[in-house]
Amino acid sequence: MSERLAVNKTYKLFIGGAFPRSESGRSYVVTSSKGDFLANAARASRKDARDAVAAARKAFPGWSRATAYNRGQILYRIAEMLEGRRAQFVAEITAMGGVGVKQAGEMVDAAVDRLVWYAGWSDKIGAVLGSANPVAGPYFNLSSPEPSGVVAVVAPQGPLLGLVSVIAPVIVTGNTCVVVACERAPLPAITLAEVLATSDLPGGVVNILTGSAAEIAPWLAGHMDVNGIDLTGADPELAVTCEELAAENLKRVLRPPAAPVNWLADPGIERMTAFLETKTVWHPIGV
Amino acid sequence: MFEYAPAPESRDIVDIRPSYGLFINGEWVEPQSEARHKTVNPATEEVLAEVAWAGEADVDRAVQAAAKAFPVWSAMPGAERAKYLFRIARLIQERARELAVLETLDNGKPIRESRDVDLPLVAAHFFYYAGWADKLAYAGFGPDPRPLGVAGQVIPWNFPLLMLAWKIAPALACGNTVVLKPAETTPLTALAFADICRQADLPPGVVNIVTGAGETGAALVNHPGVDKVAFTGSTEVGRLIARSLAGTRKKLTLELGGKAANIVFEDAPLDQAVEGVVNGIFFNQGHVCCAGSRLLVQESIAADLLEALKRRLGTMRLGDPLDKNTDIGAINSAEQLAKIRELSEAGEAEGAERWSPACPIPDRGYWFPPTVFTGVAQSHRIAREEIFGPVLSVLTFRTPAEAVEKANNTPYGLSAGVWTEKGSLMLWTASRLRAGVVWSNTFNRFDPTSPFGGYKESGYGREGGRHGLEGYLAL
Repeated sequence: MSERLAVNKTYKLFIGGAFPRSESGRSYVVTSSKGDFLANAARASRKDARDAVAAARKAFPGWSRATAYNRGQILYRIAEMLEGRRAQFVAEITAMGGVGVKQAGEMVDAAVDRLVWYAGWSDKIGAVLGSANPVAGPYFNLSSPEPSGVVAVVAPQGPLLGLVSVIAPVIVTGNTCVVVACERAPLPAITLAEVLATSDLPGGVVNILTGSAAEIAPWLAGHMDVNGIDLTGADPELAVTCEELAAENLKRVLRPPAAPVNWLADPGIERMTAFLETKTVWHPIGV
Repeated sequence: MFEYAPAPESRDIVDIRPSYGLFINGEWVEPQSEARHKTVNPATEEVLAEVAWAGEADVDRAVQAAAKAFPVWSAMPGAERAKYLFRIARLIQERARELAVLETLDNGKPIRESRDVDLPLVAAHFFYYAGWADKLAYAGFGPDPRPLGVAGQVIPWNFPLLMLAWKIAPALACGNTVVLKPAETTPLTALAFADICRQADLPPGVVNIVTGAGETGAALVNHPGVDKVAFTGSTEVGRLIARSLAGTRKKLTLELGGKAANIVFEDAPLDQAVEGVVNGIFFNQGHVCCAGSRLLVQESIAADLLEALKRRLGTMRLGDPLDKNTDIGAINSAEQLAKIRELSEAGEAEGAERWSPACPIPDRGYWFPPTVFTGVAQSHRIAREEIFGPVLSVLTFRTPAEAVEKANNTPYGLSAGVWTEKGSLMLWTASRLRAGVVWSNTFNRFDPTSPFGGYKESGYGREGGRHGLEGYLAL
């Protein structure tokens, strides 16, 4: 008997909770570091980027108004689902080449732990960043953080840990996002989308585009219905282009880090605060 | 209307020099640039003084002075920096009347406002941030938060000294040094502040004041020696600055335009709401980025509210800003007056109904009567564009959801107002408004402890409160 032929997965985009191909019909070849063919990934078009922004905008009211407890539970659920697919991610990461099984396993574990860490922030960040302000008058005065809205994320190089480390802080606070996956290693990003799709995360909260970051990121940076952009994964030239485009509607911009990031280190809260607004509500006190 | 005898505040308390140089490294210096500009009293068009318009070489000199002062100032124990700021706060209090009169002369705002709102808030702001200077480790930005370096700060003409305080106080408290450019039409209180820095014996170079217009501002924010840029002004200029800073490591905070909705629900206390609406749009002649320029009133009470509003506007006194009875002062400049006129004409042309109370206008100076537009559609320019003048656009709504939808239907997101006696409706509305400040059953309240700043195209970063430190610290 001959060996059973494997059923290969078609890697598509993740938009509004669904997995469409690029409307442009374009795809590109993803290879391992040795040059072996791994898959054809979708090469997202401008229309795909705009569809993703529309999906993220549509998801924003529901997600930003969900209780912090609920958002925390869902992030924790993503961690559970990721843990359950550990072997699959290890296989995908090692297939890319350059990383051994042990190291890949550590990366996946760290990604799971990172999600759990951020899950716990959902109902604490407001207490840490908010304040009751002692104004000089008979007024109740309260400041609280609120999500900026739709955030574009240019994911860093690397398969999973960096990707999870940039998505989780953006969504845990109530933003929705459109992620441009690492161009060279897009396959784990789409497999992560399968995790997200089975974690009770409402469709559209995270949208993932694969393809050319140099093409897609400027479309998002110049999109007038995007409120913020994380340029962590953008090379210096692309980052400048995107930051210039982002000025058109005063997007909140998280610039690429000055030094390479150690994704295993304590991330701090800056990735959350970059896409939070402060709202201050006043009310008179009297009888 | 009652007849009031004039009650002018004396201007003898101020001593305006015929001409001013630049304040760099603790000294008054003559600019290398030969450009000079006359600053006028907008209520009379009288020339008050001639000021320098700093060029690139002058800005460079100021930035270098600030850079040279930075190691000393940032290394100074926070408690010592605090004492300098406390000194400044006290000096402002001591000279409050003089500064209020000077502000009113140069800006055109009523003395009642410069005396009772601007100056007390200026002093309070320095007091507040003085107290932070030795407590930064407790502010939630890590155990040893560091200053950024030289802050280049550009401020507008609507609250000249207050905006200076919002910029300089947190910058200095955090250990940064400053080059500040006041607006071209209102430089005098900033130049008076330079004198206060000397009286406080502030180390040379910690605060530098360069006067000028847009080109001076551009030279400042684009100077490579500047580590932090803070700008308050129009969204249009904010965009230019954000674009020009792309690819640099400069930290940027922007406080830009607004088109705030002031929402009045049918259960609101009518008389209080009318006072709030008036304060919302006619305070400081409407030269307020967070002005309640769009009145959204529930249809069921629209007629009653408008009648009460018009009756109230009939009692407003427009005229000599130095008169203590004056409610509405002069428009700050001929240019701004032209802009207000142009947009008001567009309002009429697009079909809205224009109304102003009978209101005598002085013969000289720049003036615009309080104006109310009814029948305004969301598509009208007067409902979309920032007028920055005493012009109110009135729209109506039927349901709370419609009110929120209309309130948020703007690229801006600086402030909003909500008027209702029902607590749950107030909180429901406030939580849905995409704006940085929501005033419920009040409007245009400011306090140094309370963060201020916008969502969306109203800019980013906060001024005031613990939040206001973030823009001046390396995280």
